Amino acid sequence: MVRFFKYLLIAGYIAGLLVVSHWIGQQAFTWMPSEATAEAQKVDELFSFLVSIGTFIFLGLNSMMLYSVIFFRAPKEDYTEGHPSRGDVRLEILWTATPILLVVWIAFQGFNIYQQLNIIGLQQIVHLHTPLQSQRVYAAEISDVPKPASETIEVFVKQWDWSFCYANNVISHELHLPVNLTTRLNMHAKDVLHSFYVPEFRLQQYIVPGRNIDLVLTPIRTGKYHLKDSLFSGTYFALLDANVYVESPQKYNQWLNQTAAQEPTSATNQAVAEHNQPPKTWFKTSWYTVTPAPPYVITGKERVSNDT
Amino acid sequence: MTHNSLEKITEVRQSVNNWRRYFSFSTDHKVIGVQYMVTTFIFFLIGGLLAMIIRAELITPELNVVDRPLYNGLFTMHGTIMIFLWIIPFNAGISNYLVPLMIGARDMAFPLLNAISFWIIPAASILLLSSFLLPNGTAQSGWWSYPPISLQIPPGQPFNGEFFWIVSLLLIGISSIMGAINFVTTIFWMRAPGMTFFRMPVFVWSVLSAQLLQLINLPSLTGALILLLFDLAFGTHFFKPLEGGDPIIYQHLFWFYSHPAVYIMALPAFGIFAEVLPAFSRNPLFGYRSLAIASLGIAVVSIFVWVHHMFTSATPGWMRMTFMVTSMLVAVPTGVKAFGWTATIWKSKLHLETPMLFAMGGAAMFIFGGITGVMLAAMPFDLHVHNTYFVVGHFHYIVFNTITMAIFAAIYFWFPKITGRMYAEGWGKLHFWLTFIPANITFFSMHPLGLQGMLRRVSSYDSQYQGWNIIASIGAFLLGASTLPFIANIVGSWLYGPKAVDNPWHASGLEWTTSSPPPPDNFEEIPIVKRPPYDYGNPKYSVIEPTDDNESGG
Ligand code: HEM
Ligand SMILES: [Cu+2]
Repeated sequence: MVRFFKYLLIAGYIAGLLVVSHWIGQQAFTWMPSEATAEAQKVDELFSFLVSIGTFIFLGLNSMMLYSVIFFRAPKEDYTEGHPSRGDVRLEILWTATPILLVVWIAFQGFNIYQQLNIIGLQQIVHLHTPLQSQRVYAAEISDVPKPASETIEVFVKQWDWSFCYANNVISHELHLPVNLTTRLNMHAKDVLHSFYVPEFRLQQYIVPGRNIDLVLTPIRTGKYHLKDSLFSGTYFALLDANVYVESPQKYNQWLNQTAAQEPTSATNQAVAEHNQPPKTWFKTSWYTVTPAPPYVITGKERVSNDT
Repeated sequence: MTHNSLEKITEVRQSVNNWRRYFSFSTDHKVIGVQYMVTTFIFFLIGGLLAMIIRAELITPELNVVDRPLYNGLFTMHGTIMIFLWIIPFNAGISNYLVPLMIGARDMAFPLLNAISFWIIPAASILLLSSFLLPNGTAQSGWWSYPPISLQIPPGQPFNGEFFWIVSLLLIGISSIMGAINFVTTIFWMRAPGMTFFRMPVFVWSVLSAQLLQLINLPSLTGALILLLFDLAFGTHFFKPLEGGDPIIYQHLFWFYSHPAVYIMALPAFGIFAEVLPAFSRNPLFGYRSLAIASLGIAVVSIFVWVHHMFTSATPGWMRMTFMVTSMLVAVPTGVKAFGWTATIWKSKLHLETPMLFAMGGAAMFIFGGITGVMLAAMPFDLHVHNTYFVVGHFHYIVFNTITMAIFAAIYFWFPKITGRMYAEGWGKLHFWLTFIPANITFFSMHPLGLQGMLRRVSSYDSQYQGWNIIASIGAFLLGASTLPFIANIVGSWLYGPKAVDNPWHASGLEWTTSSPPPPDNFEEIPIVKRPPYDYGNPKYSVIEPTDDNESGG
């Protein structure tokens, strides 16, 4: 009878843990910025799943530790043994099998969601490249399988300036994306490694100089976002950002046409400004910094070469 | 006892108590161990100081404490010091002290090599720190030192911070390789009669696994650094993309060492948990064999996971998939460890002395860090939080809340053995709470920041991130303050603490059978091992021994 109640209690406890873990897993959606791409929704689903499992394990093991701290304390001078049991094969098999199963489950979810993201084309996942087939496999271009996209935008990044070149040769420091359409970003770095990151998009991609790097994404929510360089790129790293506008295709085209009709202007650049006029700080060094390259001229009527 | 031998014993005792030997070129593994531990603790303080300046800068969104080049130098130096001058060499120190004692050897296999390994560390660290005095300061490209950014140096300056950084890291690497050869040889060939592999404490197993990793993986970093040095100083183009080099190759070479380095740091910590938890719960280590083998398992799996640091580095899909799966596999042997610790504590007789508090706190926090680690291995999620504070939070749960906590557990646990004196328990407990709570405040706050998209290595940030940053900074300052009671306790107790008995914790393990501190040759007589490890069910350790029970006066 006592035994029965004990099992009942344990079962009740596990059920409680499951409920709590599930609830925290649902909360996880609110811990991140709003989802602005189709890809973001998938990533958040994966995160929520991971949080649920993680909470269950964390609370499970730590409540056992806490329980021990409260109920298994020895009197000060009592150094007799607790329970001299060295192991239990069945238990050990059980808790080796448990993480294996969990890991298989989590890996399967990850695999699944990655396929749905489809950011670089499925072909690559299915056909394993071997070093013999492709010489630069370690450094394989992200885009060896072209994926259909309705827009292609060239992205240029350098220390410390983002610029974007659109289909009609307009160059701007703003990234405009049509909502609900798949857009290909063709990304180029001029000097060092950079990384494309908009938190609301849930995607990061390094941009390697001399290499063709593609990212394909589908924004699903209009609004203004913030593009950042997420890979440390030197002194003015924190200032390397740009505004991103996701808008309806009409507005997008309207913006393109408007900008195309404008006179060329030169943009202001935070890094350049700060290089000329450093902010006041308590500690000041005169350590070397790379001089920020002047920003690309924003062009409308005539295209200016990118290599200036 | 003859008059002669009495004289000899006093002589030996005196040499044991002579503090000057800690400043000498000693070949005694115990002296070298202490030299390592004290030296590296100083670097922990320096690294911590740098971290507090970083956190001071991050209290406000704007730049107002240090200028940008200095900020970049600060986090580069903080990371480099904490990894290469705190945790890795501290582990070498404590392993040096304990391994020969635990396996019943008189010293390490190559005592002279051992001393040289240590003395490289102060030399390399002076070189590294002196770069603060260079006209253009320290290296500024993070502890990864990714090219081509690490190759952007002031023209016409052959001696720049990056150069100093590479050379000192090469030196530290040489020291580590020499140490690894010494540890592996010692553990394989110098065990006392009867000390079979499956009678070795799990701490020795984990040191063996960690040092094997050093031998296998460190050459990859050395190679990368040498090529980087050539690119930097001699005009080669290995990693310069605009001249046909490939910076991604550097990342592969770098992470092939630096991922396993995480386990080179963590395995000894797991070993410490395996020693402390049984002693203070009076239980044998639950599932000893699985835990011993899990140490090797962790080492083996961790060799094949390095690309999880490069999921976004223009890495092809198949590679992302493969390394997602291998990375997650690490959860299996580490899971075995975590379950084993919990089961050891279950139904036990807990004594919550300071070492136990640190060990339990560290083990509990490891579970958190391990879970976020699996999350990061789930590659689509990593595409969002890579290079954000989520990662910084995750690895500080490992390097601080787990490994540094384990190191404190070890210091308190073996303090009586090493110094022959007891530390002050009340101060130890104060230190624990002052560490445990602020550490969680500091490093937990980093997770929401990362999920929101705050990037690591930024010196200024969008104002929406300020709330959690203030909390993290307050935690960090408290954490800095927590070292004060620790230092007071350790210094005071070393000088004036009450004399310790040979085995104050009634622990099993050979190191507790010799005197505190141990004589120069460790044991009056090489012990013959007849018992299994963690023999806590055995009456010998279950009763209070008379204090002079083990004293063997010759
Ligand atoms: C004493 C408490 C500590 C505090 C408050 C602290 C805080 C920080 C902060 C604020 C950063 C900067 C993050 C960034 O901008 O990327 C950082 C980076 C880092 N910390 Fe710590 N940390 C502490 C202890 C440690 C320890 C014990 C280690 C041991 C390995 C460590 C290893 C690192 C590493 C490797 C980095 C990355 C540096 C880089 O980005 O290049 N930290 N830490
Ligand atoms: Cu790793």
